[in-house]
Amino acid sequence: MSDVQLALGGASFQGLAKIEELPGQGMVTLRADLDDKAVVAAVKDVFDVDMPGLRGTSLDGANGALWMSPDEALLLCSYDEAQAKADALADKLSGAHALVVNVSDARSVFKLTGGLLREVLAKLAPVDMAPGAFEPGQVRRTRLAQVAAAFWMDDAYSARVVCFRSVADYMFGILSNAADENAQVRYF
Amino acid sequence: MLLLTCPYCGVAAEETELHGGGEAHLKRFGPGSSDDDFSEYLFHRENPRGVHFERWRHVNGCGKWFHAARCTNTLEVFGTYSAQTTEPPNDLLDTIRAKRPGFSWRNLA
Ligand SMILES: [Zn+2]
Repeated sequence: MSDVQLALGGASFQGLAKIEELPGQGMVTLRADLDDKAVVAAVKDVFDVDMPGLRGTSLDGANGALWMSPDEALLLCSYDEAQAKADALADKLSGAHALVVNVSDARSVFKLTGGLLREVLAKLAPVDMAPGAFEPGQVRRTRLAQVAAAFWMDDAYSARVVCFRSVADYMFGILSNAADENAQVRYF
Repeated sequence: MLLLTCPYCGVAAEETELHGGGEAHLKRFGPGSSDDDFSEYLFHRENPRGVHFERWRHVNGCGKWFHAARCTNTLEVFGTYSAQTTEPPNDLLDTIRAKRPGFSWRNLA
């Protein structure tokens, strides 16, 4: 296995929250009817996670499934396993109306850590980040400033943001700017 | 600020997550149609001051197209509904009739 070539070489920033470019997050996009029992069973088989409901996440260690739309899920696993898992899932769904692609190298992932991560995200996305309105267990596809992104909270103090690899530099810039120590709002 | 609830992902999306797709429920007239039908399809659009039916796409979100009924005058949103239909659902039309008695839009009233 060759080394993972990150868009920003593992950039990090410490401010109101810690922003880190994650090394090698395995990501597999699944397009299929997420209510189809055969699809749910195949995902369980290969990724060992349950299919999440509307805007839900289902995370278990390195593995996970994120609800992206009624017919799209983003499946998470370790980077090294992504291609094999994508192949195995595609194989299981060969008879179904489904599409499976390993997008690990087409996306960048940033981890936000710290008690003020809600504030950092709220500055960039048109999403109600108030406790109670957005919580761990939910995923939100939206925009961060001018680029498409999806994010979810792993727990109260950490979140992950996924964007296209081509806008990784922009994403790191806006996240770092929103997390500038002199830009605290203390809204939440 | 316009807020439309996407019927596919349930998000109350604000305008910057959405992309407008123009008038709803157009019937396409293509090759073989009469000149009148074709020009009607291609060029003629409703431009109401009041109740309007539109297509929108949750572009910075789940990516789905959907329909919305709203008032162009007040920005009141009457409801959103599936893209997989050629006409607004009856309960939504009842809501609009109650709020805007006498409204008309194409062949709907
Ligand atoms: Zn949506």
